[in-house]
Amino acid sequence: MPTSGNLNIFDVAGRGMSAQMVRMNTAASNLANAGAVSSSEASTYRPLRAVFAQQLDAANGLSTVNVAGVVRTAATPLKEHNPNHPLADANGDVFTAPVDENAEMVEMLDSSRQYSNLVEALSTAKQLMLDTVRMK
Amino acid sequence: MSDAANNTSLFGIHGMALELRSQRMGMLTSNIANAATPNYKAKDIDFTAALKSEMSGTNIDAATAKNTQFRVPVMPSLDGNTVDLNTEQVAFSQNAMGYSTSLSFISGRVNTITRAIKGE
Repeated sequence: MPTSGNLNIFDVAGRGMSAQMVRMNTAASNLANAGAVSSSEASTYRPLRAVFAQQLDAANGLSTVNVAGVVRTAATPLKEHNPNHPLADANGDVFTAPVDENAEMVEMLDSSRQYSNLVEALSTAKQLMLDTVRMK
Repeated sequence: MSDAANNTSLFGIHGMALELRSQRMGMLTSNIANAATPNYKAKDIDFTAALKSEMSGTNIDAATAKNTQFRVPVMPSLDGNTVDLNTEQVAFSQNAMGYSTSLSFISGRVNTITRAIKGE
Protein backbone atom coordinates (compact mmCIF):
# COMPACT_ATOMS: atom_id res chain seq x y z
CA MET A 1 0.00 0.00 0.00
CA PRO A 2 2.23 2.81 -1.19
CA THR A 3 0.83 5.99 0.25
CA SER A 4 1.93 9.45 -0.76
CA GLY A 5 2.80 12.22 1.61
CA ASN A 6 5.61 12.87 4.00
CA LEU A 7 7.45 10.03 5.56
CA ASN A 8 8.78 10.27 9.04
CA ILE A 9 11.25 8.03 10.80
CA PHE A 10 8.45 5.91 12.28
CA ASP A 11 6.90 5.29 8.85
CA VAL A 12 10.28 4.32 7.48
CA ALA A 13 10.98 1.79 10.21
CA GLY A 14 7.40 0.53 10.42
CA ARG A 15 7.05 -0.15 6.72
CA GLY A 16 10.48 -1.69 6.63
CA MET A 17 9.31 -4.05 9.35
CA SER A 18 6.20 -5.06 7.43
CA ALA A 19 8.30 -5.68 4.33
CA GLN A 20 10.60 -7.95 6.30
CA MET A 21 7.52 -9.67 7.66
CA VAL A 22 6.32 -10.44 4.11
CA ARG A 23 9.75 -11.84 3.34
CA MET A 24 9.64 -14.00 6.45
CA ASN A 25 6.18 -15.27 5.47
CA THR A 26 7.33 -16.27 2.00
CA ALA A 27 10.30 -18.13 3.46
CA ALA A 28 7.94 -19.90 5.87
CA SER A 29 5.62 -20.91 3.00
CA ASN A 30 8.58 -22.25 1.07
CA LEU A 31 9.79 -24.24 4.04
CA ALA A 32 6.32 -25.59 4.71
CA ASN A 33 6.06 -26.78 1.13
CA ALA A 34 9.53 -28.27 0.94
CA GLY A 35 9.24 -31.83 -0.24
CA ALA A 36 5.65 -31.40 -1.39
CA VAL A 37 4.95 -33.96 -4.11
CA SER A 38 2.65 -33.49 -7.08
CA SER A 39 1.62 -35.56 -10.08
CA SER A 40 2.28 -32.96 -12.78
CA GLU A 41 5.05 -30.48 -13.35
CA ALA A 42 2.64 -27.55 -13.75
CA SER A 43 0.91 -28.03 -10.42
CA THR A 44 4.07 -28.42 -8.36
CA TYR A 45 4.82 -25.75 -5.76
CA ARG A 46 7.40 -23.16 -6.86
CA PRO A 47 9.27 -21.15 -4.20
CA LEU A 48 7.93 -17.65 -3.49
CA ARG A 49 10.20 -14.64 -3.27
CA ALA A 50 9.34 -11.10 -2.12
CA VAL A 51 10.72 -8.33 -4.35
CA PHE A 52 11.65 -5.16 -2.51
CA ALA A 53 11.60 -1.69 -4.01
CA GLN A 54 12.72 1.59 -2.58
CA GLN A 55 10.13 4.29 -1.93
CA LEU A 56 11.74 7.69 -1.77
CA ASP A 57 10.20 10.77 -0.25
CA ALA A 58 11.97 13.44 -2.27
CA ALA A 59 10.80 16.18 0.09
CA ASN A 60 12.98 15.09 2.99
CA GLY A 61 15.32 12.50 1.53
CA LEU A 62 13.93 9.60 3.56
CA SER A 63 13.23 6.35 1.83
CA THR A 64 11.35 3.33 3.02
CA VAL A 65 10.88 -0.03 1.45
CA ASN A 66 7.83 -1.43 -0.26
CA VAL A 67 7.12 -4.95 -1.36
CA ALA A 68 6.79 -4.47 -5.13
CA GLY A 69 5.44 -7.98 -5.51
CA VAL A 70 5.74 -11.58 -4.52
CA VAL A 71 6.96 -13.67 -7.42
CA ARG A 72 7.20 -17.39 -8.02
CA THR A 73 10.71 -18.40 -8.96
CA ALA A 74 11.20 -20.31 -12.19
CA ALA A 75 12.99 -23.28 -10.65
CA THR A 76 12.17 -26.60 -12.27
CA PRO A 77 10.59 -29.25 -10.05
CA LEU A 78 12.57 -32.39 -9.41
CA LYS A 79 11.27 -35.28 -11.48
CA GLU A 80 11.56 -38.67 -9.95
CA HIS A 81 10.58 -42.02 -11.37
CA ASN A 82 8.56 -43.74 -8.69
CA PRO A 83 5.71 -45.84 -10.11
CA ASN A 84 4.64 -47.05 -6.66
CA HIS A 85 3.88 -43.55 -5.44
CA PRO A 86 0.10 -42.92 -5.16
CA LEU A 87 0.47 -39.57 -6.99
CA ALA A 88 2.56 -40.92 -9.87
CA ASP A 89 1.46 -39.88 -13.36
CA ALA A 90 0.97 -42.14 -16.41
CA ASN A 91 4.73 -42.52 -16.87
CA GLY A 92 5.23 -43.36 -13.21
CA ASP A 93 6.88 -40.01 -12.42
CA VAL A 94 6.30 -37.72 -9.43
CA PHE A 95 7.39 -34.10 -9.13
CA THR A 96 8.86 -32.60 -5.95
CA ALA A 97 8.85 -28.90 -5.09
CA PRO A 98 12.29 -27.36 -5.79
CA VAL A 99 12.75 -25.78 -2.36
CA ASP A 100 16.28 -25.28 -1.04
CA GLU A 101 15.75 -25.58 2.70
CA ASN A 102 19.14 -24.16 3.61
CA ALA A 103 18.63 -21.10 1.44
CA GLU A 104 15.23 -20.56 3.04
CA MET A 105 16.68 -20.81 6.54
CA VAL A 106 19.33 -18.23 5.61
CA GLU A 107 16.61 -15.99 4.17
CA MET A 108 14.67 -16.26 7.40
CA LEU A 109 17.66 -15.51 9.62
CA ASP A 110 18.64 -12.53 7.50
CA SER A 111 15.12 -11.23 7.54
CA SER A 112 14.69 -11.59 11.29
CA ARG A 113 17.99 -9.87 11.91
CA GLN A 114 16.97 -6.93 9.78
CA TYR A 115 13.62 -6.82 11.53
CA SER A 116 15.30 -6.57 14.91
CA ASN A 117 17.63 -3.86 13.62
CA LEU A 118 14.59 -1.84 12.68
CA VAL A 119 12.98 -2.41 16.06
CA GLU A 120 16.18 -1.19 17.67
CA ALA A 121 16.29 1.92 15.47
CA LEU A 122 12.64 2.59 16.21
CA SER A 123 12.99 2.31 19.96
CA THR A 124 16.08 4.53 19.98
CA ALA A 125 14.28 7.16 17.93
CA LYS A 126 11.26 6.92 20.21
CA GLN A 127 13.38 7.28 23.33
CA LEU A 128 15.22 10.30 21.97
CA MET A 129 11.97 11.96 20.99
CA LEU A 130 10.45 11.32 24.40
CA ASP A 131 13.57 12.75 26.01
CA THR A 132 13.17 15.83 23.85
CA VAL A 133 9.53 16.25 24.69
CA ARG A 134 10.07 15.81 28.41
CA MET A 135 13.36 17.74 28.40
CA LYS A 136 15.16 15.96 31.16
CA MET B 1 12.03 25.29 9.18
CA SER B 2 12.78 27.13 12.39
CA ASP B 3 13.88 30.64 13.06
CA ALA B 4 17.63 30.23 12.82
CA ALA B 5 18.52 33.50 14.49
CA ASN B 6 16.32 32.80 17.49
CA ASN B 7 17.66 29.32 17.82
CA THR B 8 21.25 30.48 17.74
CA SER B 9 20.94 33.08 20.45
CA LEU B 10 19.22 30.79 22.93
CA PHE B 11 20.75 27.39 22.39
CA GLY B 12 23.90 28.16 20.44
CA ILE B 13 25.20 25.45 18.19
CA HIS B 14 23.15 22.74 19.90
CA GLY B 15 19.78 23.89 18.61
CA MET B 16 20.99 23.46 15.06
CA ALA B 17 22.92 20.30 15.82
CA LEU B 18 19.80 18.70 17.27
CA GLU B 19 17.74 19.33 14.13
CA LEU B 20 20.52 18.02 11.97
CA ARG B 21 20.97 14.94 14.15
CA SER B 22 17.30 14.12 13.83
CA GLN B 23 17.46 14.47 10.02
CA ARG B 24 20.49 12.23 9.93
CA MET B 25 18.75 9.68 12.13
CA GLY B 26 15.97 9.44 9.54
CA MET B 27 18.45 8.96 6.76
CA LEU B 28 20.33 6.21 8.60
CA THR B 29 17.02 4.48 9.39
CA SER B 30 16.22 4.62 5.66
CA ASN B 31 19.49 2.83 4.98
CA ILE B 32 18.76 0.16 7.58
CA ALA B 33 15.23 -0.32 6.21
CA ASN B 34 16.56 -0.75 2.68
CA ALA B 35 19.29 -3.23 3.58
CA ALA B 36 17.70 -5.84 1.30
CA THR B 37 16.43 -3.64 -1.53
CA PRO B 38 18.15 -4.32 -4.86
CA ASN B 39 19.98 -1.31 -6.32
CA TYR B 40 19.46 0.86 -3.23
CA LYS B 41 22.37 3.23 -2.66
CA ALA B 42 23.07 4.13 0.96
CA LYS B 43 23.12 7.84 1.76
CA ASP B 44 24.47 9.86 4.64
CA ILE B 45 24.72 13.48 5.67
CA ASP B 46 28.20 14.95 6.05
CA PHE B 47 27.39 16.22 9.51
CA THR B 48 30.30 18.62 9.97
CA ALA B 49 29.83 20.27 6.59
CA ALA B 50 26.06 20.50 7.02
CA LEU B 51 26.41 22.07 10.48
CA LYS B 52 28.92 24.55 9.13
CA SER B 53 26.66 25.62 6.31
CA GLU B 54 23.71 25.84 8.68
CA MET B 55 25.74 28.06 11.01
CA SER B 56 26.55 30.33 8.11
CA GLY B 57 22.84 30.98 7.63
CA THR B 58 21.62 28.32 5.21
CA ASN B 59 18.28 26.84 6.20
CA ILE B 60 18.30 23.27 7.44
CA ASP B 61 16.64 21.63 4.43
CA ALA B 62 19.07 23.24 2.02
CA ALA B 63 22.01 22.39 4.27
CA THR B 64 21.11 18.71 4.44
CA ALA B 65 20.25 18.47 0.74
CA LYS B 66 23.58 20.00 -0.22
CA ASN B 67 25.65 17.81 2.09
CA THR B 68 24.01 14.45 1.44
CA GLN B 69 26.33 11.99 -0.18
CA PHE B 70 26.18 8.40 -1.29
CA ARG B 71 28.20 6.15 0.90
CA VAL B 72 31.28 4.54 -0.60
CA PRO B 73 30.59 0.82 -0.20
CA VAL B 74 33.07 -1.23 1.82
CA MET B 75 32.18 -4.34 -0.12
CA PRO B 76 30.15 -4.28 -3.33
CA SER B 77 27.23 -6.69 -3.46
CA LEU B 78 25.80 -8.49 -6.47
CA ASP B 79 22.36 -6.87 -6.39
CA GLY B 80 23.73 -3.32 -6.51
CA ASN B 81 22.83 -2.56 -2.90
CA THR B 82 25.48 -0.57 -1.04
CA VAL B 83 24.17 -0.83 2.53
CA ASP B 84 26.69 -2.21 4.98
CA LEU B 85 24.63 -2.96 8.07
CA ASN B 86 27.54 -2.73 10.50
CA THR B 87 28.57 0.69 9.24
CA GLU B 88 24.99 1.89 9.44
CA GLN B 89 24.49 0.59 12.96
CA VAL B 90 27.67 2.22 14.21
CA ALA B 91 26.73 5.51 12.53
CA PHE B 92 23.23 5.26 14.00
CA SER B 93 24.38 4.77 17.57
CA GLN B 94 27.02 7.47 17.21
CA ASN B 95 24.36 9.82 15.93
CA ALA B 96 21.98 8.92 18.77
CA MET B 97 24.76 9.64 21.23
CA GLY B 98 25.36 13.03 19.62
CA TYR B 99 21.64 13.76 19.82
CA SER B 100 21.55 12.92 23.52
CA THR B 101 24.58 15.09 24.17
CA SER B 102 23.13 18.10 22.37
CA LEU B 103 19.85 17.52 24.15
CA SER B 104 21.47 17.58 27.57
CA PHE B 105 23.25 20.83 26.75
CA ILE B 106 19.95 22.32 25.69
CA SER B 107 18.10 21.12 28.75
CA GLY B 108 20.90 22.53 30.91
CA ARG B 109 20.36 25.86 29.24
CA VAL B 110 16.61 25.62 29.72
CA ASN B 111 17.18 24.86 33.40
CA THR B 112 19.45 27.85 33.82
CA ILE B 113 16.95 30.18 32.22
CA THR B 114 14.04 28.74 34.17
CA ARG B 115 15.91 29.29 37.40
CA ALA B 116 16.78 32.83 36.39
CA ILE B 117 13.12 33.55 35.67
CA LYS B 118 11.99 32.09 38.95
CA GLY B 119 14.70 34.03 40.76
CA GLU B 120 16.13 31.04 42.60
